[in-house]
Amino acid sequence: MPYSDKVIDHYENPRNVGQLDESDAQVGTGMVGAPACGDVMRLQIRVDEDGVIEEARFKTYGCGSAIASSSLLTEWVKGRTVEEASQIRNTDIAEELDLPPVKIHCSVLAEDAIKAALADLERKQQDTGAAADRQAAS
Amino acid sequence: MSGAQLPIYLDYAATTPVDPRVAEVMMQYLGPDGVFGNPASRSHSYGWQAEEAVEGARTAVAELLNADVREIVWTSGATESDNLAIKGAARFYGAERGRHIVTSAIEHKAVLDSCRQLESEGFEVTYIKPNGSDGMITPELVEAALRDDTCLVSLMHVNNELGTITDIAAIGELTRGRKILFHVDAAQSASRLPIDTQQVQADFISLSGHKMYGPKGVGALYVRRRPRARLQALIHGGGHERGMRSGTLATHQIAGMGEAARLVMQQREADAEHARRLMNRLTGQFEDLEQVFINGSREHSVPGIVNISFAFIEGESLMMSINGIALSSGSACTSASLEPSYVLRALGVEDELAHSSLRFSVGRFTTEEQVDYTAAQVRHAVEKLRQLSPLWDMYKAGIDLKSVQWVEH
Ligand SMILES: Cc1ncc(COP(=O)(O)O)c(C=O)c1O
Repeated sequence: MPYSDKVIDHYENPRNVGQLDESDAQVGTGMVGAPACGDVMRLQIRVDEDGVIEEARFKTYGCGSAIASSSLLTEWVKGRTVEEASQIRNTDIAEELDLPPVKIHCSVLAEDAIKAALADLERKQQDTGAAADRQAAS
Repeated sequence: MSGAQLPIYLDYAATTPVDPRVAEVMMQYLGPDGVFGNPASRSHSYGWQAEEAVEGARTAVAELLNADVREIVWTSGATESDNLAIKGAARFYGAERGRHIVTSAIEHKAVLDSCRQLESEGFEVTYIKPNGSDGMITPELVEAALRDDTCLVSLMHVNNELGTITDIAAIGELTRGRKILFHVDAAQSASRLPIDTQQVQADFISLSGHKMYGPKGVGALYVRRRPRARLQALIHGGGHERGMRSGTLATHQIAGMGEAARLVMQQREADAEHARRLMNRLTGQFEDLEQVFINGSREHSVPGIVNISFAFIEGESLMMSINGIALSSGSACTSASLEPSYVLRALGVEDELAHSSLRFSVGRFTTEEQVDYTAAQVRHAVEKLRQLSPLWDMYKAGIDLKSVQWVEH
């Protein structure tokens, strides 16, 4: 399996590996994929008060392309707004990393991961918003 | 590493380098000044000398099996030997003794696909599954699979992916007692274990030159004379090899295989001891890693082959991070898709664990330094990839991965 230099770079020096506090209301967590399919990505983002992503972390079980896709994604989302991050497409990732056709699914999984993280964040913020409203009402 | 060649070769089960002493012998049969004659030429000394070389090699291979020289048929390798034994015997005996064949699910493709071919010719085949995760095909499993119309049993002596050893002596007793032909694929065992055809009641034994420090493209099939085992030839022509395998003999290849057999007889014990020491050294360096599993029985296996699964890391990235080492993984990377090895699958190894398995096989020319380098690279890769793995985090947090609802895509 020939890998592009960019994949190898991300694979050998993965960016933003790690974990954020899942219970933090400002943190969104997305976990996608399945062990049996050969890849699982966990992507986490933390947003500031203005909805700008200030931190991103990932861990990935998968091939070099899956690791590189998620590593690249964490670089890309940092500093973007939630709205901007939701615009990232798998094709952008695949193009940037020069993924061969058999590895396109890795970039699809990365797109799924950011979407899942954003959805988780939105859910949490609605919950805390609702809780805040309840508190204000009482 | 100090001046050593990279990648390090730890794939002796795939093929062995030709021993330099073998290469030297082979050179004598090449070139205009060499013994290049056709061993079938009866009218001049070029032919006679070539024939002498072929017969000398035949004697060596016969001695390796404690057999008669007339029981050795030259072939192009173990694949051809397996085909000749299985299809040749089934087609010869099927009509008279029955059209049922017993083999196992963890055989080499040369055996499995020969059996598949016979199925399309109306034979029925039972593929024995090993009893649990140790990968052993026991005499009890074989006995339970035998029927009144069984004409042939075909099993490997040493499994190429696991290194496990089949008790061919006990199985030979079973088959002989019932007048069933017994074929043994000894491609992996011939260089590693003694095989005595006076003790083991095998009717056919496949050998491969390039698994025993000889050249590629040559092999042999042992065909028992007493009691006589018969075959229908697959390749017809000039009637070479008693009509069982026509075609001009490859003198240099055969001479090489003969020399390789002599060397095995001289140093099989020393080679085995060397492999044992190296393999203990290798696996010893993984002992403190958690969630590392050896596939197949360790007790009943040859020392030179070990198959290890490293949990919670994915196979392709594992291979990618140990690119300084040439070895085989538990997934046959067939073009796009990563297919878990059918052998590990038959043992009930989960797909994830099969993907992250590595087959280490060492041999005559492997050094301690190479083993240490390998162990360090593998450890480093496993630790790095586990740091990257969300599954490892979950395992460490005590989460049962089977209880998780995965979002498949
Ligand atoms: C058990 C077994 N049988 C048969 C073969 C095929 O041997 P050859 O490459 O000589 O055809 C191999 C090696 O690939 C093997 O390991």
